[in-house]
Amino acid sequence: MFVPHTQKDREAMLRTIGVSSLEQLFQDVPAAYRFPDLNLPPAMTEMEVQQELRSIAASNESMEDLVCFLGAGAYHHYIPSVVDAIIQRGEFLTAYTPYQPEVSQGTLQAIFDYQSLIATLTGMEVSNASHYDGSTAVAEAVSMAHANFRGKRSRIVVSPALHPHYRQNVRTFNRSELEIVGDADTIDPAQGPEALEDLIDQNTALVIVQYPDFFGRIYDYTQLAEKAHAAGALLAVAVNPLALGLLTPPGQFGADIVTGEGQPLGIPLSFGGPYLGIFATRLEYVRKMAGRLVGETVDNRGQRAYVLTLTAREQHIRREKATSNICTNQALIALAATVYLSMLGKHGLRQVSELCYHKAHYAARSIGALSGFSLWSAQPYFNEFVVRCPVPVEEINMRLLDEGILGGYDLGNDYPELANHMLIAVTEMNSRDDIDLLVDVLAEVSND
Amino acid sequence: MTEPLLCDLSAPGRVAMRFPEPDVPLAELPSLLREDLPLPELSEVDVVRHFTRLSKLNYSIDQGMYPLGSCTMKYNPKINEAMARLPGFALTHPLQPIETVQGNLLLMYELQEWLAEIGGFAGVTLQPAAGAQGELTGVLIIRVYHDARQDFKRTKILIPDSAHGTNPATSAMSGMQVVELKSDERGNVNLEALKSHCDETLAGLMLTNPNTLGLFDENVIEVCRLVHETGGLIYGDGANMNALLGVVRPGELGIDVMHYNLHKTFSTPHGGGGPGSGPVGVAAHLVDFLPYPVVDIIEEGDEELPPLFGLVRPKQSIGRVKSFHGQFGMMVRAYTYLRMHGPEGLRMIAEHAVLNANYLMHLLKGHYHLPYDRICMHEFVVEGQWDDAPDIHALDISKRMMDYNLHPPTNYFPLIVHEALMIEPTETESKQTLDRFVEVMLEIAREAHETPEVLKSAPHITPVGRLDEVKAAKELVLCCGVGSPSD
Amino acid sequence: MNIPADLKYTENDEWIRVDGNTGTVGISDYAQDQLSDIVFVEIIVAEGETHKKGESCATLESVKAAADIYLPVSGKILAVNESLPDKPELVNSDPYGEAWMVKIEIEDASELDGLLDAAGYQEFLAKKA
Repeated sequence: MFVPHTQKDREAMLRTIGVSSLEQLFQDVPAAYRFPDLNLPPAMTEMEVQQELRSIAASNESMEDLVCFLGAGAYHHYIPSVVDAIIQRGEFLTAYTPYQPEVSQGTLQAIFDYQSLIATLTGMEVSNASHYDGSTAVAEAVSMAHANFRGKRSRIVVSPALHPHYRQNVRTFNRSELEIVGDADTIDPAQGPEALEDLIDQNTALVIVQYPDFFGRIYDYTQLAEKAHAAGALLAVAVNPLALGLLTPPGQFGADIVTGEGQPLGIPLSFGGPYLGIFATRLEYVRKMAGRLVGETVDNRGQRAYVLTLTAREQHIRREKATSNICTNQALIALAATVYLSMLGKHGLRQVSELCYHKAHYAARSIGALSGFSLWSAQPYFNEFVVRCPVPVEEINMRLLDEGILGGYDLGNDYPELANHMLIAVTEMNSRDDIDLLVDVLAEVSND
Repeated sequence: MTEPLLCDLSAPGRVAMRFPEPDVPLAELPSLLREDLPLPELSEVDVVRHFTRLSKLNYSIDQGMYPLGSCTMKYNPKINEAMARLPGFALTHPLQPIETVQGNLLLMYELQEWLAEIGGFAGVTLQPAAGAQGELTGVLIIRVYHDARQDFKRTKILIPDSAHGTNPATSAMSGMQVVELKSDERGNVNLEALKSHCDETLAGLMLTNPNTLGLFDENVIEVCRLVHETGGLIYGDGANMNALLGVVRPGELGIDVMHYNLHKTFSTPHGGGGPGSGPVGVAAHLVDFLPYPVVDIIEEGDEELPPLFGLVRPKQSIGRVKSFHGQFGMMVRAYTYLRMHGPEGLRMIAEHAVLNANYLMHLLKGHYHLPYDRICMHEFVVEGQWDDAPDIHALDISKRMMDYNLHPPTNYFPLIVHEALMIEPTETESKQTLDRFVEVMLEIAREAHETPEVLKSAPHITPVGRLDEVKAAKELVLCCGVGSPSD
Repeated sequence: MNIPADLKYTENDEWIRVDGNTGTVGISDYAQDQLSDIVFVEIIVAEGETHKKGESCATLESVKAAADIYLPVSGKILAVNESLPDKPELVNSDPYGEAWMVKIEIEDASELDGLLDAAGYQEFLAKKA
């Protein structure tokens, strides 16, 4: 354990304080409740705990054993060895939020690097230091738009093709002030973004879409942005940042806010977290944006240096007037994404996004050719696509699991009209053999 | 020398990372193709050296004592990191069929149970991403609880003046009206002030206990009774739970809902500002309102078969607060930590955190003004100013500490103490380390009176000196190559 | 601390200069000193709008603090200081002159009676310290 005190130390310290026992230090705690017996398993040594955890981990089936075609917001990508080597450095891992810039330039400059990379990738002018994940970044976009109009616009138009978890999150955090339209039963998810245009009115603060959308489809949102702006509203686009190695960045569509789930940028699946919430916007909105922000300045020796800036927006100063209660960012995960983007750079990111694209298209063509299976949408897509299946998805996934394949996402979970529809994700980790095996098992299903 | 930015290091044509050539026929690329991708072009050596050099500009727990009050900067065990990286955990997808992730679900279930046992609660959600999100979850639970009882008048949240800034921000985000409560002269909640606010509009009170002065509220039982009698609920800010492990269970004192900080109390690393993790514990009457999903046993086991764990949605759930299941990697670290300690080990943590704080407080008393002279819990506050050294502020003391290779305490918080220095040593610092800390603090107090200019110009030995924060905020430069909006 | 005798003040540290039925509004020397270096000014009302006393008309930010500025009287906004957002430092250097924020047509002169005169404001500040 990690308490370094010897018996002699303890006695000396108690003498200095002027008490005779450790118990005496807790005299303010009501006696009736003091020192409860906790029903917890007994302590283990590091050696034992390692065996215990290894055994728990081994009872999972992981991507060490399975071929993964499951995505739906979390993707199995290759992570260069450098990423973990850097984020395991104690200097990054065990530092606090960089409130004392003189002894935190490492974290601060790395965040500045991150902000620069994200601004470039999304085609926006400014990125914050990150939010918790893709879902909370969308919720923050809603708060920002609401604050931008000083609460005078209350309608939020949400695409039904925005990740279901993100939509649920927006609802949890906006219980009464806002009118959220678009995602419920009003719009057929098969329709494109033009279906949202009629919902945009003079009371609309924000329109939210995803790119590629939850079903993998890619749309040009230029016209939607124009419609939103014509009504005085803002447009937020939630992205898969890896796809931006290949696709036109949303800044070019006229997006006002770009959010995203940064997990594909060198972050392990890790059963859903910790991930990375990307948040970028235009400079004119920088003071409305929540979250940490690092700026460049100079020190009293004339050196270039970095510091947390615009902190007057934040909760510890604004208190109940702050637009968000956010304190932390995901600094270490943002660092991982920064190292990942540095390692891949201009050429590597393009290469990996093209690999995902080509492999997904090979898989989709092969599956679409099977009898009983068909592609749900004719819209261009990135690395994920929807397949209509002849039998329930759950049944297919059990067959696939027997062959060591983790099948796609069952869309019937979130969209009743899409029962028997599977969302399949393909990445650079899937070899042609893996894809052929998937197609073979699906062919067996269709022949049964 | 200043470390270049990534964009300045880039050299066209350099490649660090290559991927295999496609093994499938190529598809036609989409029409929405980006024209240019001006990311840096670097070699692997460039990348490793850039970030290694940056890392050396940071202070960290691995280097030395980090006595930031209310942040609980304890040592982060290396075993935690190794366990979170086991492929069985790190390479599982959040949407896998539950039958294939029974290990993850078991771990989450047990962590829920253990946190509930430690805090004295009936149920726990692990989903919130950080303390602030846990707080928001907790206050939403309070709001939805009253709404579910058709008690819509209850929109007032009382917050003591010693609370973290997040408390009022969280309450406002939840649609509540914030009313500040004064502390009494011993640093407790002022009972008379509390009574004057106990009416049918009271939704709840947010209590940090021990509070940010490091004091255990001597009236806590009475505070809970008054609020409960009037129909309100008590929110516990669990940021300071390190003092209470195995000492007292907040749920037994009357706290209805409380967040834990896995990154403070349960040793998961701060990572330069996240990821954190902020589970929330609730009393029995609030279990149905927890965010979904929570982990539960969905099929009981028997002699041959283990139970089947699944993800369930509480009946009146406030909804989802984050995608998937929360910061799972942080849960593995906290689980590992709890497993290594057991009940006696947890009590030992709290006892030594409190021992260390009181030891420091006694040795600094007389040299630094102590506004509340009581036995403290895991932290305490002194004033960073002297009447006979009028130019010196808490900030100057903090900056000077860096010259002695120490990280400063929390500055200017809590707001109710002038020039506050809030000191939390944690249990993982030895007597030798604490003695050196005191030596430095006494030396700085002497310097403040004899050679104040050495404090005003500090720090001297850090990679950079004091920064021009006004310039940073006025001439916004927020990323490489993008200038201020005015130029 | 400069507290000009010809102005009226609020307990939130705004001042108003009355000229006929036109009021000019800014923040006091004490307030700018408390905030320290002002880095950002946003005026959130526009010419032609009508606002009630106590409504927020501007937001100020320094490195360490933020402040909302409230209208000391009700009325129609006659002008806003458009150049101030580009030169926030004026709030520090000339709080009673170039750093005026809005001009307002005073709707109800009796609202002025509830404000502090220079002596009253001085006393208020002394009590606060």
